[in-house]
Order: sequence, then C-alpha cells, then structure tokens
Amino acid sequence: MSAAVDAGTAGRSDLLAQVRHWSQRNSWTLALLGLFAGILLFTYVIQPSYGAAQLQGLAIGALPLAMATVAQAIVVISGGIDLSVGSMMALTSVTAALLMKDQPEAFAIPVVFGVLALGLILGIVNGMLVVITRVPDIVVTLAMSFVWAGAALVVLRTPGGGSADWLTDLVTGSIGSEWVPRALVTLLVIVGVIWIPLRRSTAGLALYAIGSDRLAAFRSGVPVGRTKVFAYMLGGLFSAFGGLALTATTGIGTPVPGAYTLLGVAAIVLGGVSLAGGRGGIAGPIVAVLVLALVRTDLTLLGVNSNLSTVIQGAILIGVVMFGSLLTMRRART
Amino acid sequence: MTSQAEMVPTGGRVASSDRMRRLLRDRPLIPLTALLTVLVVLMELVRPGVVSPDWVGVTIRAAIPLAILAACQTLAMLTGGIDLSVGMVASMAAFIMATQTGDQGPAIAIGLAIIAALIAGVANGIGVGVFKVHPLIMTLGIGLVILGLMNVYQLVVVQAGTEIPAVIEWLGSGTTLPFLPNNLLVFIPLAVLIIAGLRYSGFGRLLFAVGDNPVAARLAGVRVWQVLLALYILSALLAAIAGILVAGLVKTASLALVEQSVLPSVAAAVIGGTSIMGGRGGYSGTIIGALILTVLTSLLIAMQMPEAVRQILFGAIIVAVAAVYTRIVDLS
Repeated sequence: MSAAVDAGTAGRSDLLAQVRHWSQRNSWTLALLGLFAGILLFTYVIQPSYGAAQLQGLAIGALPLAMATVAQAIVVISGGIDLSVGSMMALTSVTAALLMKDQPEAFAIPVVFGVLALGLILGIVNGMLVVITRVPDIVVTLAMSFVWAGAALVVLRTPGGGSADWLTDLVTGSIGSEWVPRALVTLLVIVGVIWIPLRRSTAGLALYAIGSDRLAAFRSGVPVGRTKVFAYMLGGLFSAFGGLALTATTGIGTPVPGAYTLLGVAAIVLGGVSLAGGRGGIAGPIVAVLVLALVRTDLTLLGVNSNLSTVIQGAILIGVVMFGSLLTMRRART
Repeated sequence: MTSQAEMVPTGGRVASSDRMRRLLRDRPLIPLTALLTVLVVLMELVRPGVVSPDWVGVTIRAAIPLAILAACQTLAMLTGGIDLSVGMVASMAAFIMATQTGDQGPAIAIGLAIIAALIAGVANGIGVGVFKVHPLIMTLGIGLVILGLMNVYQLVVVQAGTEIPAVIEWLGSGTTLPFLPNNLLVFIPLAVLIIAGLRYSGFGRLLFAVGDNPVAARLAGVRVWQVLLALYILSALLAAIAGILVAGLVKTASLALVEQSVLPSVAAAVIGGTSIMGGRGGYSGTIIGALILTVLTSLLIAMQMPEAVRQILFGAIIVAVAAVYTRIVDLS
C-alpha cells in the first residue's frame, strides 16, 4: 500500500523511528498478537497442564483454516472475494486422498505437486471467469463453489482415500523444541516463501493497486485483468495447500466442503484486511485464525456448552469488527 | 431506472441489434421469461406429458419460499448489501413456531417466531447501519449466533416435540383451486407490495438511492442508517414468513430447514437482474429467477443427473446466465 514511501523514509530515519513506524503500520497485527498472548496466558491459568502437546494440537487444527484464510486474504486484497475456497479445498483434498491411497510413499510427491497445479488451474478458471464475464466476483465464485463441490463429489462419493505418511508427518509433532509445532513452521515456511518475495515485487504491488483503486491502477499501466487472474490463481494455490492440509491432518478426503470459506472471510476481517480491498496483509489474518482456534479451545476447557461457544464465537466476530469500524469512524471524524 | 435518461436515442438510426439489446436491457423480463419457457419445453421433451396444470402448481408451490427469500436478497442488494442470515432466521422462525404451538397455540407461536426474527433483523440493521459493519460479515455473524442459540433452545424444548399448526400446513402445502397452491395467498400480496413499494414508495426510492451512491444519499439528507435498519428488519420478517411456509410445506421443522436455500436465493436475485453492487434491479425479475432455478432443479432431477453433476450444471448455468445478462446490460 505504501511500500515505496516506507523505503524512502526508512533509509533516512534512525532505527527507533523505523521500529515505531513499523509497529504503527502493523498495529492491528501486533494488537492481535497481544490478544493471542493474553488468551494463551488465560488458557494456562485455567488449565495449568496446557503445554507443548496442546499447542501442537492447536496448530494442527488451525492449519486448514489458516490456508483458506491466506487464500481469501490475497483475493480480497486485490478487490475481489472468493466464495469457492471451501469447495476448492474439498476438491483438492479428495483428489489428493484418492491418488495417495495404497500407493508407495514416493508416489505422493508427484501427487502433491499435481494437486497444487490443480489448485492453480481452479483459481485461474475462477479468475478468468470473473475477468471475461465481468459478473461481480461474489456471484461468479458463489456459482463456482457449486461446480467445484460437485466435482469433488464426482471424484469421491463418500469420505475416504488416504494420506502418505511423510505428508502427515509434515504437519504433526514438533520441530527443534517441543514448543515449536511443526504445523506452524510448515505454514509459515509455505506462506513466507510465496508471499514475502511476492509482496515486494511489482506483481504484489499490482495486487494492492487494483484492490485499492481499479481505475487509478489501470491508468497507471497496471494490467488489471491479468493481475486479477493472478490473485485468484494464488487463491486457488492456497486453497490446494488447504486441501492438502485437510488430507494430511485427517488422513482422508471429505467431498463435502467445510465452513472454511466463510470462516476465512471472518478471519481476514478480524486480521485487519478491508473487504473493500487494497488494505491489510497476511500476518494479521494468520494470527486471527490462531486467536479464533484458541478461543474455541478455551471455551471447551471452561466446559462451556459447545452450542453456546458458537454463540460466543459469533459475538466475538461481530464485536471485534464493530470495534474496528468504530475506530475507523472516529479516525475519519478527527 | 437511472438509465432512462441515457436511453433517449441521440438521433439517427439505431442498428437493429442495438435496438434489440436495448429492449433486453430495459425489459429484462423478456429474456428471463424466454429462458423459463425454454426450460419448461426442455422439461416436456425430457419427460413427455409431465408438464400439466398440476406440475405447474407443484413448481410454483416449491418456488414461492425461494422467491420470498430472494426478496430479502433483492432488497438488501439494492442497497449494496446482502443478507446471509435469512436461512438461519427462516429456520429459527419455523422451529420456534413448531415447538411453541403445542403449549401456546398457533397464534402466539407464530407471533413469538416473528418477534424472534424481528430481533435478529434489528441486530443486523444496527450492525450494518449504525456500526457500518460489512453486511456479509454482520449477517454471517448473526447467523452463527442464532444457530448457537437455537441449538441451546433445542435442548430446552426437546420434550415439547414439534407441531405445525393446521392453518400453516394448509397455507404451505395445500391446493384449493384445481392446481394453484395456497401459498400464493401469502405470496401475491407480498409480491405486489414489494414491487409497488419499490416503484412508488419513498422507502423504495431510498433503497435505490442508498445503493446507487451512499455519499450522495447522505448529502441529500437521507438518514442512511435508518434506511438500512428498516431494510434488515423487513428482510428478517420476510425470511420468517418464508421459513413458516417451508415448515408448512414439508410438515416438519428443524434447524437446518432452510439453510440450503440461502445461496440459491442470492442466485435467484442475480439471475433476475438485480446488481449485487446496489442501485439497480427489481423484484419481478427475481420472481422469474426463482422459478427458473426451481424448474432447472426439477429438470436436472428428471434427467436423472446424479447429485454431483446437478451441482456442477447448476453452478455453470448461474455463471452463464449472469454473464449473458451482464453483457446485455453493460454494452451499449
């Protein structure tokens, strides 16, 4: 959003100002991290035995939603919305599970790459349809969610299939210290390797540009259509990662899409991404997913009826978003 | 509506394809009705003899709850919003009615159901109108809250059992005339009210104004938050009516009663020509859209498509119709 300006001022200012600037720019994410730490502390207070193993479980449980959230965040930053994320995850998950069942371990490597390629293709189809038909994103991806979910049912009628052991190992257990869940590391590595270089590239800037002001971007020479397809392609890729995460963490493929689409939308809003596009990052939404997962854990630990915990989660979602928009309104007024 | 001024020919002769396009743009009902006719003809070709007055009655009966839910989406979309809580609100209304009828009698049970729906509508309206939360998030969140609350409620009233009042069963699934369903008795006044209200009432115009340009509307003195609050309350009321009719149709009530109709209700409004960006559309197209989706579903079932293929075709057709429609409206 203002990367070029930052680079210019950061060179001149001293380290302290740089840190302050950075934290101002990421204030929402930092606040979320603080919230996460606070809730973690609270968790430890109500359940002193909460430790490394539980943290690993938290990361494993949150992994598919985290991938769905990243997919959604990229599309929303570019000014669109992808309501087919959950269906794409179901389709890629069952494809992976079907192909990996009863196959040698090594065979799973081409399968993983094939499924990721499938995700790219699904995303490109979504993006091309949005660009060519000029139908609003929300309508196209809503309709495509039927298509991909139907395709998932064609691939696998009932939950089944299998997962390669190494794929499951990639997301279970810990790495180095037992306090570092492997699922979290896998998530951060995948997102970091793809997103950080992208964010600093022209293509990444173009994503923010078309999300922030389509017409201005067009007049500045940004290839709007191509960038849009690119955003949906990345959405498809991360949905495929999400599908693989589902297969890896559950060991099977389920053809019925979970609530990942809408939970992902909720998490990105919580993570500071504006649904109007052009604003926000990837780190905030990922922390938001962890916060949501931890809140669910706490409610279970507190013995809250699981139905009431749905109410509380909905209320938290609404409350945080209301608070956020109140802040925005107050800032706009002064 | 807003395009009337641009529509005046600038003189000279207009190419006939252009004239055709303008006709289609100004009268979206014509291509939509043509599509509906094509689907009905296809139905007759796939299953010769199936299209009869009775079939028409059954189709209309099935389409009406969807059309009412699509009314919620149409009104919300005119202001640039969307109401994804309609499924939960409708299911909640049906469920409350069914569980309270035994103890309280039908009238009070229906009243309680409507009151609960209105509360949900007020919550949506305050969130969207006053706090300016994105409608997608707000209605989604309220949907989650209702689902949780209703699950708790379900445990409380588990021994009460469900009972659908006879009058609601009569309304929802009965047919009085040889083939016309009774739920038309509810639907026709509602549809007339919505269509006329959008065209002639101040509130209808405000919905278009807010969706077309919220800033201009506010500067013109429109209290946007009041319009949105009223809109989401109205939407919840309509959803409750739809839910109660569905309960009368299937003669049972559960918390998942209407949930699967939420996305089709958005699709019906979109196919009917209402823009999801706000400011353009109307309810008559939505009604045809709901009929198209209903006939399409029964056509695909008649062709013995498996569920999976049916879903794929359903999605593909929605994209195709919306694409053609956007082409017609945008070019010129």
